[in-house]
Amino acid sequence: MDTPETLRRTPLHAAHHRAGARMVPFGGWDMPVQYQGVKAEHAAVREDAGMFDVSHMGEFRISGPDAETFLQYVTTNDVAKLKPGRAQYNWLPGETGGLIDDIYIYRVAADEFLMVVNASNIGKDWAHLQTQVGSYEVQLRDESDAWGLIAVQGPKSEEKLQPHCTADLSRRTKNSYFAARLFGMDVWLARTGYTGEDGFEVFVAADEAEAMWNKLLAIGLTPAGLGARDTLRLEAGFPLYGHEFSDTIHPLSSTYTWVVKDKEHLGRAHIGLPPQMKLIGLALDKVPVREGYPVLLNGAAVGHITSGSSSPTLGHPIAMALVSADAADADTYEVEVRGKAHAARRVALPFYKRV
Amino acid sequence: MNTPSDLKYAPSHEWLKDDGTVGISDFAQDQLGDVVYVELPEVGREVSAGETLAVVESVKTASDIYAPASGTITAVNDALSGTPELVNSDPYGEGWLFKIDVTEESEGLMDAGAYEAANG
Repeated sequence: MDTPETLRRTPLHAAHHRAGARMVPFGGWDMPVQYQGVKAEHAAVREDAGMFDVSHMGEFRISGPDAETFLQYVTTNDVAKLKPGRAQYNWLPGETGGLIDDIYIYRVAADEFLMVVNASNIGKDWAHLQTQVGSYEVQLRDESDAWGLIAVQGPKSEEKLQPHCTADLSRRTKNSYFAARLFGMDVWLARTGYTGEDGFEVFVAADEAEAMWNKLLAIGLTPAGLGARDTLRLEAGFPLYGHEFSDTIHPLSSTYTWVVKDKEHLGRAHIGLPPQMKLIGLALDKVPVREGYPVLLNGAAVGHITSGSSSPTLGHPIAMALVSADAADADTYEVEVRGKAHAARRVALPFYKRV
Repeated sequence: MNTPSDLKYAPSHEWLKDDGTVGISDFAQDQLGDVVYVELPEVGREVSAGETLAVVESVKTASDIYAPASGTITAVNDALSGTPELVNSDPYGEGWLFKIDVTEESEGLMDAGAYEAANG
């Protein structure tokens, strides 16, 4: 049983308490779920700019002459397309189907990459990569404890950071990755994020993370917790490991089929099989639906909700669901909530797209 | 935490007024966060103390509401179907949930002081 004492803490733990955060256990970490409230934090990210502590995520440095060919083999996306200074969303496939994790890969140089992995999968991913090294001439370094990571997200992110940053942010496109100084601290910035908004992920030395957080607070960024992070990513239609992805869910069930490129990679034979389930988006009028609730088509169970919440931006409940591939084309379904069926319309993913 | 002294409180955070009105405490609404949906019982339903008879859903989670007394449901707060956030903004007033014609109160209801001490 996780107790606050046994949970891991990010370098921003004290800062969260000072900001009045409500803390919850998350993937073995003691993390802020909300500060002032999910709706207000969600709105700040959609309309202005907010910031999240994502220091619990893992960072692996992969370098050496075979770094690219190694990553080509252990991931499904085309790492060779990645130029230095660019970032890419990618997957770690399992040997026999399913996903070990979904990840981000940043190319630092021709023979050097940084891989960012989900917090709850750090140990599993590290062990997996170690077993795959074989005869590749590659060095792996776990830098997870060395980095603090703060995601600054929202339409005003660039405007708010620019006066304090040495890099010309207007010239840095989506998925760029670069070194800069921010508030006089050496950082790496990535124009990436997980909210469906513009923004930057700030990689800062763990021992400077709290100073960075305080500087960002002082320029008016709204601290946002896991609650808002979840409603934002759900509206953006981003799948989350453990919900829409797992060791047992076929990767191509999701709408992210573009992440699998036609190349030799681990688990290719299994990924090539057609998925039995498909991920769809659902919208309801009033009743929020939650993970695990049954999805019905013409009265018969065809799947289940993988993530659901009330959408703060749209003002009604939304959900992602895995349903049988042969039942994935209907316009309307029903979701069973506490023994009662409620009508749900199938809607295209994402639910929300920044204009 | 706002805990009016004229109410009784269940360990599961419902409050009960002398006239049978039931809601959730200020502490409970704060813990739940932004309320987005409330499912209320039918008027006329006979309930036993401790029975689940309503659900308050916040952005993050669904929470069962238990009857703090036995009796018959005589009214429900219809305003909550359009403005469930009243539970957050006015938990002891406009955000009430339902009324029970009380035959017997639940054992273990606390006064305001005991409730605050239990949730301090």
